[in-house]
Amino acid sequence: MELENEKEVKILAIESSCDETAAAVIVNGRDLRSNVISSQIATHTLYGGVVPEIASRKHIEKINQVIEEALADADMTLSDIDAIGVTYGPGLVGALLVGVAEAKALSYASNIPLVGVHHIEGHISANYIENKDLEPPFLCLVVSGGHTHLVRVADYGKYEILGRTRDDAAGEAFDKVARAIGLGYPGGPKIEKVSHEGNPEAISFPRAKVGDGVYDFSFSGLKSAVLNYLNGCKMKGEDINQADVAASFQKSVTDVLVEHAANAIDEYKMDKFAIAGGVASNGTIRAAMEEMCKKKGVKFYHPSPILCTDNAAMIGAAAYYDFIAGKRAGLDLNAVPNLKLGD
Amino acid sequence: MKVLALDSSGLVASVAVVEDDNLLGEYTINYKKTHSQTLLPMLDEVAKMIELDLKTIDVIAVSAGPGSFTGLRIGSATAKGLALALDKKIVSVPTVDALAYNMWGSDAVVCPLMDARRNQTYTGLYEFVDGKMETIKAQCVVMLDEIVEIINALGRKVVFLGDGVPAFKEYLEANIKVPHMYAPASMNKQRAASVACLGASLADQGMAEDAKDHKPEYLRVSQAERERQEKERDFKIC
Repeated sequence: MELENEKEVKILAIESSCDETAAAVIVNGRDLRSNVISSQIATHTLYGGVVPEIASRKHIEKINQVIEEALADADMTLSDIDAIGVTYGPGLVGALLVGVAEAKALSYASNIPLVGVHHIEGHISANYIENKDLEPPFLCLVVSGGHTHLVRVADYGKYEILGRTRDDAAGEAFDKVARAIGLGYPGGPKIEKVSHEGNPEAISFPRAKVGDGVYDFSFSGLKSAVLNYLNGCKMKGEDINQADVAASFQKSVTDVLVEHAANAIDEYKMDKFAIAGGVASNGTIRAAMEEMCKKKGVKFYHPSPILCTDNAAMIGAAAYYDFIAGKRAGLDLNAVPNLKLGD
Repeated sequence: MKVLALDSSGLVASVAVVEDDNLLGEYTINYKKTHSQTLLPMLDEVAKMIELDLKTIDVIAVSAGPGSFTGLRIGSATAKGLALALDKKIVSVPTVDALAYNMWGSDAVVCPLMDARRNQTYTGLYEFVDGKMETIKAQCVVMLDEIVEIINALGRKVVFLGDGVPAFKEYLEANIKVPHMYAPASMNKQRAASVACLGASLADQGMAEDAKDHKPEYLRVSQAERERQEKERDFKIC
């Protein structure tokens, strides 16, 4: 019994980088004991997007309650916890600071080691929770409202970024297009839903190429193409088929993501491919990735939707591997809004 | 009663531990580093120096606003994390009250001025009667000329302090019609010792709250909320 306890590392994780206040308890990076997310989406919907100051205010109101709930759901108290993991970037600085200050104070007053976690590293690590067999090396595409990264995970905590977006994140493009065709916020789920009634081949939107970066993405051109198309229709007095625009836009994004992933799988001879981030819960994109992987004989991994959205479980999974590698944060840990992966 | 106090509402970061009538330790800095980098290391320094067992603290006092939104949240989140780990309560101390308390015993009316931008100030008016701080005007956010008008109408000697003084001095000199003075560097910015003293008295009155319920008092809605409210008002007028 004692031996079993000894090898268990219990991590309390905290995430507040954008508009979800979240805490979770995870054992050995894979065994999830609790996952509490307090979403602010209803509030931000009033403004058509996340308002940083409002997000920060909501975080400070909810954070203790969320942490207490995560501990209670896991049937643990702080004295059971071996390490605290916290997102310290990238994200909204005011929002990050709430989680960072809270985690540091908790760590200090309870004498529990602290680990600072990169938000993207968290998204990638979300895949470990439900896929016990997944181990590096593998290729991971992280797509969310704030990020679009194609990452080679060489080992735990070792990342090579093969490509990233030059302008808008994929999720951002979804939000902007959704707004333009009158679907509102949040764009991802809304576009996916109406796309089911639309024809993805109805309108030919561009598949953006970025000249010098083989695996880099660009979505602002696509967004402009959609806006131009909408304007064109208006000028000509033509009706806009919302579902066709949504489906064609989604197809364009999907094609680019799949093509980049497929090329990287070939070049780096990867036999495992994972997706992560909020946009990874898009069923159409997931299905296209799965099909591509199947054709190539590559094993495909993806987290459940609840682990795709911002959450603390994934931060705990990443914190575990950082913790056993000896990584520790000091009392002067600061929020780093534009933190680079690998810093 | 042993009180741990934090203030990161403005440019200054300050930490203090007060036990009954003794200030055991106070650490205040006004430097370019962010509060996120300084506040907790400062607490650690003070705690080490006075061999503080955090568990012996009775209550955590925090300067709860108004002030820099981000600064307030760093103080609040730090207080909330400490309180959660130590199972203590938090007492929210109004920032402007705590600033005024720096001038304990003054025979002049005390007017803290914090720069709230957009020509506004976080301010209030206080006086000391028989060793007790009385509020003449509770902390608020107002246009600078508004508070100056109130001070002139009071017709009493006034002492100014706070980080708003350098920004407003020119206007004050031109418009204040009563005898006035400015507090010196030893007491003209936030001091956690004052937060601790006021915090102890508020805690005595049963004003401490559960850590999970604590939040800063901004005295202002966010810019997005303000614009939305204005838009809604305009709609109604139309």
